[in-house]
Amino acid sequence: MDSSQLLGITTFTYLFSTILYAIIFIFKAKKLGPAATVFTIVAFLVQTAGIILRWQESYAMGYDHAPLTNMYESVVFFAWTIVGIYLLIEWKFKTRVIGAFAVPFAFLAMAYGSFASGINKEISPLIPALQSNWLIAHVVTCFIGYAAFAVAAGLGIMYLIKNMSDSRQTTNDESLLGTLPALKVIDDITHKTMVFGFLWLSVGIITGAIWANSAWGTYWSWDPKETWSLITWFVYAITLHARYTRGWGGVRIAWLAIFGFISVIFTYYGVNFLLSGLHSYGSG
Amino acid sequence: MQNKKNPIYSFFSSVKLALFTLFLLAITSIIGTVIPQKESFSYYVQNYSESAAKVFHVLSIPDMYSSWWFLGLLTLLVVNLIVCSFNRFPGVWKQIKADNLETPLTRLSKMRLKDKWVANTSEETLATELTQSLAGKGWKTEQRQRDDSLLLFAQKGAISRTGVYIVHASIIVIFIGALIGELYGFKGSVMLPETKTTDTIYAYDTQEPIPLGFEVRCDRFDLEMYATGMPKAYRSHLTILENGKVTFEKNILVNDPLTYKGLTFYQSSYKGYQDFLLKITDQESGEEETVIIPFQRRTNLATHKASIGIINAETRGQSVTRIKVWFDDEQGPASTFWLKAGDQATVERTDKKFIIAGKQMYATGLQVAKDPGVWVVYLGCGMMILGLFVAFFMSHKRIWLLLTKEDDKTSVMMSGSANKNKAGFEKMFFSLTTELKTDSDN
Ligand code: HEM
Repeated sequence: MDSSQLLGITTFTYLFSTILYAIIFIFKAKKLGPAATVFTIVAFLVQTAGIILRWQESYAMGYDHAPLTNMYESVVFFAWTIVGIYLLIEWKFKTRVIGAFAVPFAFLAMAYGSFASGINKEISPLIPALQSNWLIAHVVTCFIGYAAFAVAAGLGIMYLIKNMSDSRQTTNDESLLGTLPALKVIDDITHKTMVFGFLWLSVGIITGAIWANSAWGTYWSWDPKETWSLITWFVYAITLHARYTRGWGGVRIAWLAIFGFISVIFTYYGVNFLLSGLHSYGSG
Repeated sequence: MQNKKNPIYSFFSSVKLALFTLFLLAITSIIGTVIPQKESFSYYVQNYSESAAKVFHVLSIPDMYSSWWFLGLLTLLVVNLIVCSFNRFPGVWKQIKADNLETPLTRLSKMRLKDKWVANTSEETLATELTQSLAGKGWKTEQRQRDDSLLLFAQKGAISRTGVYIVHASIIVIFIGALIGELYGFKGSVMLPETKTTDTIYAYDTQEPIPLGFEVRCDRFDLEMYATGMPKAYRSHLTILENGKVTFEKNILVNDPLTYKGLTFYQSSYKGYQDFLLKITDQESGEEETVIIPFQRRTNLATHKASIGIINAETRGQSVTRIKVWFDDEQGPASTFWLKAGDQATVERTDKKFIIAGKQMYATGLQVAKDPGVWVVYLGCGMMILGLFVAFFMSHKRIWLLLTKEDDKTSVMMSGSANKNKAGFEKMFFSLTTELKTDSDN
């Protein structure tokens, strides 16, 4: 077994996981719940093994760096964090239908990493600028933030869907959307997830600044990627203030969660492929 | 309090203004990520149009992040933040310092979180028991007689109310740090050939010379490659000299700069020359000489009665991997040999041995920065993380227990409140009441 096989398997297990959660949601097949959870945990462990193995492989090739340094590796880590955060939420809030809205993001990330053209899956050595522990801290913290925002966006979508339906106020199993948690609960989890993401994004921006300063002597240079991460940070700062000081909730927060995630996607992906900048992932 | 009526004051202390400013900052920041920054006027004429370029110029779009209007927005945010925080903080401080044993009893009975029970002990005994069992759970209680009842109070995390203010203050601190850097710092660069010394660098934007106040010498630059041909490391050995005396030396790498007297030297680029750097050492006397010679040229040495030249070289990409050296001290036929770049070889001549080291000559590109504000910025960053953590994950939890004599029994009314994570507090509150009930039953 090598890491690429394990990570390849992960793509399909996350697809299967997504399908399981979708079945639970659509067919109200609550009995499948534990199976979906166990399956997702196993898939998560397989991916964890894949990431560790990839690390060892790069070590064996004499490169000695954590698998977090190109677009492919970052996408893999992104998927891993999404599932990790989702499992944490499932465990903490004892609700499984969220899986139908969160795990697809992990599948999409893995599928993108595996099948999109122009993504280099090779383990490649690090150019001098990327040889820094601050870079590792930067990537890890940013992606924990991004993954939390992905889950928050999933929750936002869930909120809007439930809010549109007649069964808005119910949480019984009679109707499809009745199986979703109460609006108030979704709203609360969305907010908590965004708060969690905001903390990590802040740490991510700060560690990125420290890295830039140790490499170039400038902690902030307004390059497009930096600027977009700041824009994203502003969006979530607005969201927190609107909720905390102006009492926003429900639909507006759900939209802001989705809108914020679009900004995340642009920071992560758009900047590399649509704009130019210092960051290395764009080269594949 | 009078201040609050002042319309200017209330404008600057409103959160609506903060939302508005943050929104504008987010939107306008996009411009500079789409329109390339710091290009020449003709660049914009070429890529957009004459009139667009003029509009850009008027609105300072080509350098928008230091334009008057963008800095103005940032200033507005800071002023808003300061006024708003000054406006609210006294109230928060009052809450932290409040005497919670004076809370009106009617308010206690109206609290959402409440539980009541009756214990078979006297008021005093019960108060001692409750105080003890609360102490075992980390709650420090105070008590006071209120009318006919005894009020017990305990709290946790009062200071967590300052979290938001630590975050807000951190933003101000970061701005101050950035300002210090802007006012008292500078950025420059210098291209320094191996073996050469400089006491001057060149400003980043104007290219004007900036004296360092000391000298820096590049002793050696090395370029390491991976087997794939990708660069693995750029390394410069730098020496700092003051009045001709060596005071500091260090190998610098990308991500590992040298700092001396507040100036930091970063490895940023390099340039390869057509010339070669050769060092010739007489093994016996230890006499050594360094020469720089162009490719396929030879030169006479000053210290040794000999001449040396490079007659061939192998390259990969821009860099030379092997050189063929020609050496002649007129004692027998000239020696020729291949030398791996950066290596040395011993040459045995008739009566002398020489150690010859050679490599392609490089210049190291150094970025030089002085930023006395950077530690202030880092302090602000630390405060921000601390503040966010406190604001998000800690809450101010308060509980009151009102003990009232009822014949030989005592009735207890316990109420509680928390400013954050109310669901979590509710759970904790009811498990606490359960434990207290059983504790005071025994
Ligand atoms: C980018 C800048 C800012 C950041 C990162 C920031 C951060 C925060 C955070 C993390 C909270 C706590 C929210 C919560 O607990 O859910 C908060 C609350 C608050 N912020 Fe800001 N803030 C910023 C700018 C501002 C500005 C400019 C104002 C000016 C009016 C402001 C006013 C407030 C107020 C009034 C609160 C509620 C405080 C309370 O009474 O508990 N913030 N802010």
